[in-house]
Amino acid sequence: MCGIFGVMDKRRQMMDGSGIREALSMMNERGSGEGAGYVAYGIYPDYRDCYALHVFFDKACESKAVVDATLEQWGTIECDEAIPTCDQPNLKANCTPWRYFFRPDASLAPGSASPEKDVVTNLVMQINAGANGAEIVSSGKNVGVFKASGWPEDVADYYRIEDYEGYIWLAHNRYATSNPDLWERPDPFNLHDWSVVENGKTTTYGANRRYVESFGYNCSTGTDSEVIAYLIDLLTRKHGLEIDLAIRALAPSYWDEIDRMPEAEQKLNRALRFAYGSATMNGPFTVVAANPDMMIGFTDRGKLRPMVVGECGDRLYIASEETAIRAMEPCVESITRPAAGEPVIGRVAP
Amino acid sequence: MAKQVKIDAKGVHYTPLNQQIRKAIEDGADEIVVDNVLGQRFIGNGLRGNATIRVKGVAGGDLAMFMSGPTVIVDGNAEHAPGNTMDSGKVVIHGSAGDAVAHSMRGGKVFVRGDIGYRGGIHMKQYETQRPILVVGGSAQMFLGEYMAGGLLLVLGLDGAVKAREIGSGIHGGEIVIRGDVDDACLAAGAKKLPLTDEDRARIAPVIREFAADFGLDAEPLVKANYTRIVPASARPFAGKYTWE
Repeated sequence: MCGIFGVMDKRRQMMDGSGIREALSMMNERGSGEGAGYVAYGIYPDYRDCYALHVFFDKACESKAVVDATLEQWGTIECDEAIPTCDQPNLKANCTPWRYFFRPDASLAPGSASPEKDVVTNLVMQINAGANGAEIVSSGKNVGVFKASGWPEDVADYYRIEDYEGYIWLAHNRYATSNPDLWERPDPFNLHDWSVVENGKTTTYGANRRYVESFGYNCSTGTDSEVIAYLIDLLTRKHGLEIDLAIRALAPSYWDEIDRMPEAEQKLNRALRFAYGSATMNGPFTVVAANPDMMIGFTDRGKLRPMVVGECGDRLYIASEETAIRAMEPCVESITRPAAGEPVIGRVAP
Repeated sequence: MAKQVKIDAKGVHYTPLNQQIRKAIEDGADEIVVDNVLGQRFIGNGLRGNATIRVKGVAGGDLAMFMSGPTVIVDGNAEHAPGNTMDSGKVVIHGSAGDAVAHSMRGGKVFVRGDIGYRGGIHMKQYETQRPILVVGGSAQMFLGEYMAGGLLLVLGLDGAVKAREIGSGIHGGEIVIRGDVDDACLAAGAKKLPLTDEDRARIAPVIREFAADFGLDAEPLVKANYTRIVPASARPFAGKYTWE
């Protein structure tokens, strides 16, 4: 099942995490208390030019030296510290959340159009693939993922998310179907710019994973949202697709719908389906994703999972249930339920 | 004199809230007004009798599930599956509703003034005098009347074109009536179109009038309007799909 929630302020007005905590907790019936997470953009203004790496150490005394050494090989650590946490009686902490503010050495990815992101991608793949007791859970500029195995309120209080202010927040209330005790498993999943929360289960996980791994990504957690985050990064950053086309590649129209389109659109949609057949996602899902400039939402073509969109002033909301939106915005101006294949794309004002 | 009970649902979990509603009905309430509803699920579940429950706010999922008798009026939207397996009584929703409205409904009426989501009327059924009715004022989305086995599903399209496609996928009983023409491409395998006969119109007219009265609409233009009637092409639409004889 799972409950997901996203909010974006188009004018980058900051929201602290308390409203998001309340919204997510409205959907506790959609979760099982075995995983929740939050991600926010804009939370580290003092280090806005550094990549903020959130890392879970199984044992900090063993793993930190390994991660420090790897980071020093790929760039410079500006600062690092334990992520402030506050023990919760219902949360069994089994790892140590740490954060680094890191400057990648762009000269280590010569010939790349986005060398810093290539370095960070390589770094994340290298550390997460290794049996080193360390897992990087977010790696973007001015962004951070806070997640754990537990109910949304406990996870929020553990990380004190009300102390963070962001202009985009995504949140996820997990209904665990496997590995409930691993803290890196719940959504959100992040790779530098992009963060993903998903409600559902793609039946094409294996095909999508093999496809994205053929481009050098390494899927270490076995979760849909990890693959989706890498697919979006691949299609938008490496292949240069606009976001609307990338979404159409991941969740394309049915062939009989394409047959009824005007000729030019038919050509485009056929080309996308042929080129990205292995990236096409099937099965029930609603995905909400964000990068520093936008928040997007889309569902599977058969619409087997809910997606409600709310708008109020500069705020855009996407959630599994209307009540989560109204918990944060009681007088929301518009509530809609977009059809399958109608992606929601909200952009931050430039 | 009718006995009215007021309940404030603000911040109350659905379990104690539904216990309060059930207690009020046991104590003989005729009308229960539930204020500040925000997504509480299962309101009216399994209730019997003929009380009226007024829900002020957004009703949570599975509103009036298994309900047998009462009337539930929602001043707002409803989430997924209002009228799920409802037995009798009536649900009136002044806003819109989510996916799987009237899921497996077996009797009574569900009236939605706004739109409904995907899979409206999925597996509605009927038996002898039990004949469920779902009326939608706005539009419905894809897979309308999926696996439908009985009852009446009426879509009025008052706010613009009806968006439903794959209508009646696997339908093997009951009827779907949509105001205006429906393109053949919008019908799923197993469904077929028939013209609305005078007899059909006489049968749906009281339903349209009741719906119009509930929402303050002018009934007669709707009664006289052009409708498309969609019924099963066969009693076993998937006979060749899942079995080999």
